[in-house]
Amino acid sequence: MPYYHVLIVGAGHAGAQVAVALRQRGFEGTIAIVGDEPEPPYERPPLSKDYLSGDKSFERILIRPVEFWSQKKIDLVLGVKVVRVNPKESTVVLDNGKALGFGRLIWATGGTARKLSCAGHDLANVHYIRTRADVDHLSRALAGASKVVVIGGGYIGLEAAAVLRKHGKNVVLVEAMDRVLARVAGEDLSRFYEKEHREHGVDVRLGTLVDGIEGRDGHVTGVRLADGEVLPADLAVVGIGIIPAVQPLVDAGAKVGNGVEVDEFCRTTLPDIFAIGDCAAHSNRYARGASIRLECVQNANDQAATVAKFITGTQEHYDAVPWFWSNQYDLKLQTVGLSTGFDDTVIRGDVAEREFSVIYLHEGKVIALDCVNATRDYVQGKSLIGKNIAGHAAALADRTVPLKDLAKAI
Amino acid sequence: MGEIVVVTREGTEHKLEAEAGRSVMEIIRDAGIDELLALCGGCCSCATCHVFVEEEPGQTLPEMTTDEDELLDGSDHRNEQSRLSCQLIYSDAMDGLCVKIAPED
Repeated sequence: MPYYHVLIVGAGHAGAQVAVALRQRGFEGTIAIVGDEPEPPYERPPLSKDYLSGDKSFERILIRPVEFWSQKKIDLVLGVKVVRVNPKESTVVLDNGKALGFGRLIWATGGTARKLSCAGHDLANVHYIRTRADVDHLSRALAGASKVVVIGGGYIGLEAAAVLRKHGKNVVLVEAMDRVLARVAGEDLSRFYEKEHREHGVDVRLGTLVDGIEGRDGHVTGVRLADGEVLPADLAVVGIGIIPAVQPLVDAGAKVGNGVEVDEFCRTTLPDIFAIGDCAAHSNRYARGASIRLECVQNANDQAATVAKFITGTQEHYDAVPWFWSNQYDLKLQTVGLSTGFDDTVIRGDVAEREFSVIYLHEGKVIALDCVNATRDYVQGKSLIGKNIAGHAAALADRTVPLKDLAKAI
Repeated sequence: MGEIVVVTREGTEHKLEAEAGRSVMEIIRDAGIDELLALCGGCCSCATCHVFVEEEPGQTLPEMTTDEDELLDGSDHRNEQSRLSCQLIYSDAMDGLCVKIAPED
């Protein structure tokens, strides 16, 4: 049975980065990355943006060139899935029946796209955007499609809708909640993006539930809503979140809630088994200590760094400021901090001019900024996170007052 | 095809082939030099591909956008040679360009 000092499960940003960081820190043990997709590690964010639009080829979204991994003596074990973890024996079993031994296991599997369960969910041309294969499949189908229904008004759905409009498709976007981005942003930002998408020709339907997908000869012909209306469609794109891919760890006895629970060094409750990235539930200072999962590159990268440091003898708690971005049309959204649980907001700048920031507050302290075409606020706003802005609300709203000056003054 | 010279943080010099249309970030990454995080993949949304550029007479670099300028302002290591390498789309006017990878923030 092959044995690796460090065995990484998951070949996304987190898995790739922990291997890269271990080598950068001089780790000389054996390393393998097991990935269930056939491709070497690639960036996922462009899947709903530049890769879907065709602006970037697959080679350009590889995290490292193909030869890099062998040069760094990092084995890629691709196209296989870990189906069982045996913590007592320190082994994993793959879906091809083979087993691998490990000194340390790093679980970085992310999640799988949450699937529709309604009638017609299994029709051809019901698409998801999570893997390269998903997007290649979608791109081929789009060639012959003119009417697309996007189900889900989160970042994936909105970014997909923007690309589809650019390609001249008729797009209806269906969201169950009464606003887009309901899970991740405040109402100001939601209404702004709703308006932008409408102005770009997307038929946005809020508070709208999908009853089923209608089809003929196995192919989508429409999306049936709860009120009986049928939206004609050549294909459907579904972006309704992910489910953490953690079942083997659940079966192995790890503590799992909304994701695998990890401590400040990303250790699970099982010895020598770490978890990082989208699947790891951790107590986050920027969520006031709440146990959360963060689905973003920042978290994948910084948790990878925490584990690489830990394994190479440097114990530093995971404590990084969350940041995130989303590109839709000519709008560049950059987020710093976490807005969940905010009790007040300040709008900085003019929403109508499409250059503004939403500053989120909790008990008078800044907890996050959503910056739209306002990179300066994003960069400078980082230093405001955690600061009490009592008495400074007017300055905060005034774009002529640089946030860095304000941060110094408080 | 032209060439750029990349100096890593510890001072090793690499001569790399450069293809027009690719960003300096991509050229560095694709050569297997893994000091650049380039976390956002080159869409000018982070500042983790920061380099110092030694521009020689006769070389012309793409103009710096406001976004790039503002992102660089967030770095503790910014100086007058600072650029985000994802925004330096290689062209023949940059042949021979020397860039040094900036310290990590």
